[in-house]
Amino acid sequence: MTFSVALLLILALGVVAWLTARGKAAAFATSARSHSRPGHHGWYVALWAGVPALIFLIAWSATVPGLVASETLSAPAAVQLPADPMERSAVMAEVRGIASGELAGGFHPVSEQLAPIYRSATTRFGWIGFGIAALLALGGGAYAWFRLTPSFRARTAVERVVMIALIAASLIAIITTIGIVFSLLFESLRFFAKVSPIEFLFGTTWSPQTAIRADQVGSSGAFGAVPLFWGTIFIGAIIAMIVAIPLGLMSAIYLTQYAPPTARKWLKPILEMLAGVPTVVYGYFAALTVAPALRSFAATVGIPGASSESALAAGLVMGIMIIPFVSSMADDSIAAVPQSMRDGSLAMGATTSETIRKVLVPAALPGVVGGVLLAVSRAIGETMIVVMAAGLAANLTANPFASVTTVTTQIVQLLTGDQEFDSAKTLAAFALGLVLFLVTLLLNIVALGVVKKYREAYD
Amino acid sequence: MNAQNFADAATDSTAGTERDIKMVARDVNVYYGPKQAIKGVSIEIPTDEVTAFIGPSGCGKSTFLRTLNRMNDTVSGARVEGDIRLDGENIYDSSMDVVQLRARVGMVFQKPNPFPKSIFENVAYGTRIHGLASSRGEMEQIVEQSLKRAGLWDEVKDRLNDSGTALSGGQQQRLCIARAIAVDPEVILMDEPCSALDPIATAKIEELIHELRGRYAIAIVTHNMQQAARVSQRTAFFHLGHLVEYGDTSEMFTNPREQRTKDYITGRYG
Ligand SMILES: Nc1ncnc2c1ncn2[C@@H]1O[C@H](COP(=O)(O)OP(=O)(O)OP(=O)(O)O)[C@@H](O)[C@H]1O
Ligand SMILES: [Mg+2]
Repeated sequence: MTFSVALLLILALGVVAWLTARGKAAAFATSARSHSRPGHHGWYVALWAGVPALIFLIAWSATVPGLVASETLSAPAAVQLPADPMERSAVMAEVRGIASGELAGGFHPVSEQLAPIYRSATTRFGWIGFGIAALLALGGGAYAWFRLTPSFRARTAVERVVMIALIAASLIAIITTIGIVFSLLFESLRFFAKVSPIEFLFGTTWSPQTAIRADQVGSSGAFGAVPLFWGTIFIGAIIAMIVAIPLGLMSAIYLTQYAPPTARKWLKPILEMLAGVPTVVYGYFAALTVAPALRSFAATVGIPGASSESALAAGLVMGIMIIPFVSSMADDSIAAVPQSMRDGSLAMGATTSETIRKVLVPAALPGVVGGVLLAVSRAIGETMIVVMAAGLAANLTANPFASVTTVTTQIVQLLTGDQEFDSAKTLAAFALGLVLFLVTLLLNIVALGVVKKYREAYD
Repeated sequence: MNAQNFADAATDSTAGTERDIKMVARDVNVYYGPKQAIKGVSIEIPTDEVTAFIGPSGCGKSTFLRTLNRMNDTVSGARVEGDIRLDGENIYDSSMDVVQLRARVGMVFQKPNPFPKSIFENVAYGTRIHGLASSRGEMEQIVEQSLKRAGLWDEVKDRLNDSGTALSGGQQQRLCIARAIAVDPEVILMDEPCSALDPIATAKIEELIHELRGRYAIAIVTHNMQQAARVSQRTAFFHLGHLVEYGDTSEMFTNPREQRTKDYITGRYG
């Protein structure tokens, strides 16, 4: 409660600071030629009034619960609290509930006694924070206010704050990524303490169900991930690419070389719309339309091992989904081949298709390869289509009509439903995630490297 | 190629009376959409001489040059009217195949544009496309001969497998000339071939043009009056899409008929 009031107060102070400081600066701006414009002075004072107080308020609101809890626990009545940490925290939760008025009473008698203490502590610390924040805002604003002179370089200071804010924004993304990687890494290490990395990386049996009772059958708990890796590559890097590379490349060639400008204007956005279709839509298209059709086809032709969830169904649909990636990367790199190259070839008497085959595509090849690698990395990380259409059976098979499973499917499988958080089964998901992350990262680095090297060739 | 028989005959370019004519253009108009870039140009390109196209920027020199091997076909919205003949055949006739036309009328561009392939493959490109070599040995011979004619052989003979784009600008331009002459054309069109080069590389190209004269009919666009005077025997002055004056280079530079030509040549015009 006091937090939001304090927030509003600080904002109001900031606005007031901005307006008054701007007014002051505008007054002296007319007399002499000042370094900064009135707006900069306004922002300078407003930032001084707002930012320290806001930072304090955020830090304070993070520490208040701890302060309140320790004050409550040091009250005389707290000796009656149970010793067991689990029960203790249950009682404390009751105390909080009663204090905030959400609960009428607690199961444990002591919670009724502690609630008033808790409530008063919360209010007191709230007001303390409010007071300090208000003082900071006023003090900061006043400090900045008195520094304003015609020669004061408010613009430089404001620009620096803007830069710091931008750096902070980009750091958030980077730090989050690093955090995710480390959490993946630590959970994977816990997994590898239970299952050897050799078995995980080279074992060919995947059966993550661990026995709950000792006599349970069919729950061997084998963690050989090779069938998963194979399934992922089979669907994402082989079948999907067999579809996406030729179609994407040919549509890029048509769009850059043959299509009249009006056709290009319409076709390109439509093609790019494919990338905007939610993957779950592709997923049910694959599961409900393509997979049954393929199975009945396989049955008619007499292909053995055909399943209603097949690698081919998932791979074909994924290939369609990936076309815009390949096509727009190829489009960019073909368009980046200088027109003079094309003219040179045509002037030699080459036909358009000879020019494309012998000059444009070879010259654009590194860019195209980069695009394909990015597309592969996207395809192997794709989840929804394979969850819906590829199946769960960890088969090590090259039969595209059979069911295979992928890394992403298994991660979903391992983490949904009931589980303990430190069983090998759950931790395996992190190890799979780590492998996926590393492979995708590698593909991206290689792809960007290839593209960059290629770009240098024409500059 | 009949051009080769006259390799030595074309020494006296100022005689100006009887000369073999390779290409003839009559009343050519070129439009880019609604805009007319070339207005009623008639000109004759002699077989054994170098013809220079000069004129202020935007007057249509490149446009006209590109009509001679139908490169304007690749520009959307461009339209060519009139009659252009190569050895008496109308090159805009439906029976004329542009692939063959461009093999007979080669082109060198303003900016060197070697393909991102090896030096050898750059020169071999046209020969492969037109299926002119029946064996590897013949191909090697054609590549060597073309590079020699382009005056580049000694500089690259030890590194034919290096990328053509790794050469210097002047070498790249000579590579492009080698590439053009490898298919043994009858006419070579050059659009400001030296404008991206330094004076030394320019001098080499000019020397090369001297050597190629007589073997090929050459038409060259240039902004450099001295260059036009040095390399050409015939000069055409374009202005605003019109062909203002056309005649022997020596005549035109010493005694232009038209005031506009005189102003331009003496530098009083853009
Ligand atoms: N692709 C095109 N589309 C439309 N107009 C064009 C095109 N190419 C050239 N033009 C126009 O045609 C006219 C002649 O251009 P052209 O390139 O032939 O001039 P130029 O004499 O070669 O000039 P420069 O000496 O600068 O190379 C110019 O007005 C130009 O704007
Ligand atoms: Mg030009």
